[in-house]
Amino acid sequence: MVGIEIDYSEVEKRLGVSRRTFLKFCTGVAASLGLSTHAAVAMANAVADPKRRPPVIWLHGQECTGPTEALLRSEQPSMEHLILDLISLDYHQTLDAGAGHQVEDIKKKSMLENKGKYLLVIEGAIPIKDNGIYCKIAGETMLDLTHEAAANAAAIVAYGSCASWGGVQSASPNPTGATGAPQVLKDKTVVTIPGCPPNPANFIGTVLYFVTYGKLPPIDDKGRPKWAYGRLIHENCYRRPHFDAGRFANEFGDEGHQKGYCLYKLGCKGPETYNNCPSLEYNNVGGGVWPVGVGHPCFGCSEGGVGFEKPMFSLADVKTHTPPNMFPAIETREASGTMTAGAAALAGVAVGAAIGATAMGAKKLDEKEGKQE
Amino acid sequence: MKRRDFLKATLGGTAATLCTTAEARPNLEPAPEAVGMLFDSTLCVGCKACVSICKELNDMPPVTDNEQQIWDSARDLSGETLNVIKVYKDGDAKTKDAEINGYCFEKRSCMHCVDPGCVSVCPCTAMRQHKVTGIVTHHADVCIGCRNCMVGCPYNVPQFEYNELFGQIQKCQMCNQAGLERVDKGQMTGCAEVCPTGATLFGPRKALLQEAKHRMQLKPGEIYNYPRGDVSKPYSHHEKEVPAYRDHIWGEKEAGGTSVMHISSVPFDKLGMPAVGDRSAASVAETVQHSIYSFMALPAVALAGLTYVVRRNTDDDNDGGES
Repeated sequence: MVGIEIDYSEVEKRLGVSRRTFLKFCTGVAASLGLSTHAAVAMANAVADPKRRPPVIWLHGQECTGPTEALLRSEQPSMEHLILDLISLDYHQTLDAGAGHQVEDIKKKSMLENKGKYLLVIEGAIPIKDNGIYCKIAGETMLDLTHEAAANAAAIVAYGSCASWGGVQSASPNPTGATGAPQVLKDKTVVTIPGCPPNPANFIGTVLYFVTYGKLPPIDDKGRPKWAYGRLIHENCYRRPHFDAGRFANEFGDEGHQKGYCLYKLGCKGPETYNNCPSLEYNNVGGGVWPVGVGHPCFGCSEGGVGFEKPMFSLADVKTHTPPNMFPAIETREASGTMTAGAAALAGVAVGAAIGATAMGAKKLDEKEGKQE
Repeated sequence: MKRRDFLKATLGGTAATLCTTAEARPNLEPAPEAVGMLFDSTLCVGCKACVSICKELNDMPPVTDNEQQIWDSARDLSGETLNVIKVYKDGDAKTKDAEINGYCFEKRSCMHCVDPGCVSVCPCTAMRQHKVTGIVTHHADVCIGCRNCMVGCPYNVPQFEYNELFGQIQKCQMCNQAGLERVDKGQMTGCAEVCPTGATLFGPRKALLQEAKHRMQLKPGEIYNYPRGDVSKPYSHHEKEVPAYRDHIWGEKEAGGTSVMHISSVPFDKLGMPAVGDRSAASVAETVQHSIYSFMALPAVALAGLTYVVRRNTDDDNDGGES
């Protein structure tokens, strides 16, 4: 950061953190996004400039508020402080000090004033059965509120598994028709940050990317930022060497479990769940704090069709090994043991020569005897 | 004795011996207590735990492509690899166990034939089949290194240690070779023990065949409780949807049957299984060999033929002579 002069005194006052702590945070976020220190400076600049703080409308649907609660408990230096000041949080049902008509008016006003500029965060599933009557806020259905807020949003982020693909209430038989935001807002690009609860680092990283560059990070076909959800848990799991060596825990508390062996046989869904838990763990607590780290198989909470859908202890479909992935093809042979066509021909020639020599020998026998006569 | 009479007598005798002994030897029957393994390709997830434990138990080094590589990546069976997981893939290879645009895993290891070709062709009983367990073992102490067994095996299983100065034949002996004797000790094979999905299942051949037949009868999509380890006393189970099995148990009848059987949802010719008939090569070859050698018939015929050639070529000397 040598040679870059930015006045952070304003930030220090506004956020209540030291310049050093602030830059450390930005560098950390940039690193976890796989970006350079240059990006960290860009992020610091973006955050330091109060004019660039985007207004945020935060909607809650069918959910337990887990994503917000997780975000509040982030262990990064005063992260909740930072995130609340980094963005201008105009409407958030859990965190708003006001209530009732007051906050609803503020929301409407902000959406009107910041038309096309605000960030919409959706937390919780949207019930669509019976026109969405199973979830109402201020007399309106979540379905209508979502469409209304999405119409003029600059970007939409679905935060948590419920908002991303429906979550626990979308599990069979799904009586309310709980649906994820991408399925409701089919014509919009919705960035999804699945997880139950999702890792706040994945959310903050994505939002900071948006604030810094004015666009969303690269996403996959399910709207997940590739930097966070690009790999299977199985790929980066520190128990993976045990999987490869055939060392599995057979039951909870057995010798293998105590020794930290692979949890695949106990139903770990790591091989079919895309997330960055093994590299980030959870909420920066450290010490292996995430399910597999503490000895429980991955539940697949962030993967639609796995979490809340597959039985907890049934075996996962291993997706890592989709070929080609270090497997010899059926027809591959080690270069030994088989007779090639050339070798067979040579052997044939040898046999033929032996037969011919014998015949000639018999003939010569005849000639010899003839001469002796 | 006239040449004509001699030939007549010889040929007549040979024909008589051939007629009396030319009875085909049938395929050998599986031993009633034979043990084996069942490989269910649809359960295999390609973790290669079986390959790893096999190397460990048989004290074999990893096979690598180059010196920088430190992990085992054997491409096929060799003098240093007794068990390997291979992949079948077609098109975009996205769907597991699909023949078209799919992939599946296939295990390559000794099939432990009920009527083994390697045992039949071995000239010095270095290849033996255990009378009770049916396990085919190799005994290096009597092996002369002729490598007939490598040619006699339809599955390309016995492999020679070409890289060793005093190389030997190596093959899977179902973890029951002298010094390991897992089966004799009541344990299962290493590969069956570590398999996390029960794709490799150990047990009595009869019970395995029954299990395989039962799986063929299950409806695709229903939930079945798959056993792990030993089919007669599984150490655990796991529930899984039944795939669309091909109605074919490789090893039930192929070439007289095998103790290691395979089931799959992809046809076996796609999985590199050889086109062997129901008749074992050993029974065909032994019928021919034992017939032509019975009562020294082949040597007798050969002697007759040679005698004829010699006599014809030296006929002038003897004609009218004092024979």
